Amino acid sequence: MNNQHGKPTPIGGPIMTPVMKICLGLAAVSGLMLIFRFLVGLGPVTNLTDGHPWGLWIAFDVVTGTALACGGYAIALLIYVFNKGKYHPLIRSAILTSALGYTLGAVGVMIDLGRPWLTWKLPIFFWTWNLDSVQLEVALCIMLYTAVLWIEMAPVFLERWETEDSKPKLQAFAKKWTPILMKAMPWLIALGIVLPTMHQSSLGSMILLAGPKLHPLWLTGWLPFFFLISCIAMGYGMVVLETMWSRTVYSRYRETSILTALSPAMVVVLLVWVAARLLNILAAGKIGYAFQLDRFAILFWLEILLFLAPAIILMMKPTRSDKDRGRLFIASGMMVTGGMLLRFTAYWFAYNPGQHWNLYFPSLFEIFVTVGLVAAEVAAFMYIIKRFPILTGRPSAALPT
Amino acid sequence: MKISRRGAFKVAAFGAATAAGARKAEAREKKEAPADATGMLYDATMCIGCKACVSACRRANSLEMEAHSRLYDDPIDLSANTANIIKFYEGEDGTSFIKQQCMHCIDPACASACMMGSFQKRQNGIVTWKPERCIGCRYCQVACPFNIPKFEWNSATPAMVKCQMCLAKAGTTNDGQLNEVGQPACTEVCPRAAVIYGPYEELKAEALRRIAENPDRYEDHVYGLDEVGGTQVLYLTAKGIPFSKLGLPELGTESVPALPVGLQHTIYKGFIAPVAVYGVIAGLVWRSRRQYDKAGEEVGA
Repeated sequence: MNNQHGKPTPIGGPIMTPVMKICLGLAAVSGLMLIFRFLVGLGPVTNLTDGHPWGLWIAFDVVTGTALACGGYAIALLIYVFNKGKYHPLIRSAILTSALGYTLGAVGVMIDLGRPWLTWKLPIFFWTWNLDSVQLEVALCIMLYTAVLWIEMAPVFLERWETEDSKPKLQAFAKKWTPILMKAMPWLIALGIVLPTMHQSSLGSMILLAGPKLHPLWLTGWLPFFFLISCIAMGYGMVVLETMWSRTVYSRYRETSILTALSPAMVVVLLVWVAARLLNILAAGKIGYAFQLDRFAILFWLEILLFLAPAIILMMKPTRSDKDRGRLFIASGMMVTGGMLLRFTAYWFAYNPGQHWNLYFPSLFEIFVTVGLVAAEVAAFMYIIKRFPILTGRPSAALPT
Repeated sequence: MKISRRGAFKVAAFGAATAAGARKAEAREKKEAPADATGMLYDATMCIGCKACVSACRRANSLEMEAHSRLYDDPIDLSANTANIIKFYEGEDGTSFIKQQCMHCIDPACASACMMGSFQKRQNGIVTWKPERCIGCRYCQVACPFNIPKFEWNSATPAMVKCQMCLAKAGTTNDGQLNEVGQPACTEVCPRAAVIYGPYEELKAEALRRIAENPDRYEDHVYGLDEVGGTQVLYLTAKGIPFSKLGLPELGTESVPALPVGLQHTIYKGFIAPVAVYGVIAGLVWRSRRQYDKAGEEVGA
């Protein structure tokens, strides 16, 4: 790749914009609410019950949130496994989104855990590890991967500190650690590809333990495969959406062509997903469930549609106009929604503990805490891209920043 | 981007490697009850619904009363205060009582879920809970096909509560022994011996003997003999009142952990696949970065 996109540079500009203030406000309120949650327990503030012990915080913050944060994984796969160096300009913002998304997931878990003060034992007390527990693998992988993501981000911070002549200690620290980090980087990057492959698929295996409580259309040994393939589609979709957002909001003109160039690969991924999903249901003799005219059949076909439609959109002949960007935006939005739907269905809609349990719907408290967490993530993202070299692309002189 | 044949091969290999486990998922062998297994046999045709067992369970486990009517102890379902319950069924086919508590599965889904082995089959194959290993993730509740483990929703320091066959108080740490009579509180107080405690094999034989001797009295089905790979609590019901009407779910004979755990152990057998994949990917990363270096490319994240 030639360096036409330029080196990543901080966006600059004021930090305390109105959007930032709203995000920080939401995050602060949800932080205060959480104090209450830890004083009274989960019952009074959530709609969780013994029948529906997992709700929004697990289904969205952890299971879906980490999948939405798979941009770093998807782009790393492209650059390093498929050797497509031209995607390098996307990697920093993708890894940053991933690091923040996984951190959100980790915080979400700690809020949801009933006895979080014992969590420190989990990575240390290896002799107690139950190797039958799929969740153990998921938990350890997510802990490790979150750390790996922040270490992968470290050069971004070191790069800036190296130039800070006014802070000699920070500067010396950066100068000392940069070469060490660069040597370790290939091993870390490889870890950053293996770990998500492991736990994103295992998030599919994990809910299979619900066994008879899970609707047969989702109770399949292929669920880990569907989770893994869809998280790659979601990661790519999120990178597209995020790139378009920073293009619109921060006027960073990055080539959309390198995004559209990915379309054929995504078409393959999406079609493989749809074909495998249908073949698996057919082979298992479960296709009857898909024609029962109940909410599960509707969810199933909606899922298929949200993976099939973007494939069709991406296969359309490019018009070489603004239309292409619109199509890419819609297709990406659908892929992301499809992956979210799959996770919400497996962990929530298709989970039925028995007739006498009421359907679960999150309380306002649960929703607000999640909104606050996402707001904190957005605030952190905006701060970091303004102060640290994350985004590539030329700022447009014609437009105000 | 054009997908080269090599690239397409990589996609295929990547997918195949992940899916490989799915095909051999049923490889996990069926588990048998331990040699010293004990259990309970509840005969719904003998129960008179006196609920002495419910009170005895509360006393033995120091669980609070649930007086919904404000008149007497009348729990409506198992909860963090009720580890054992008697429910009443009335239908066109007659009436019956039914006792519910932990089934002490031979291959328990809760124990398979539990990350640090807080839930485990311990002495006599009885499934007990150790607080010092529980972080409150509630995966056990998601996993249990009988919805047995209960969480203290209204506590800032919640415990998991369920029947531990009086080996330990429900929701507590003391690894006690059975009381001086040598049996759980509920079987000890039952005035009609509708629920009895004993070695698992003997209970199995007893249940089958009762059906054989009185085929008109019982449904020809011992609940727990085959359900989810077998449970150490067994049930008999009156002819004409199937278990499904008494709130015991209709379940297959395969244990719940068989699919996910079989899958997991196939994919991660000996941890070979992750290490091999890591090695290959590290090689590919090293190659890519060397190429970028040569091209004068900036390295780093």
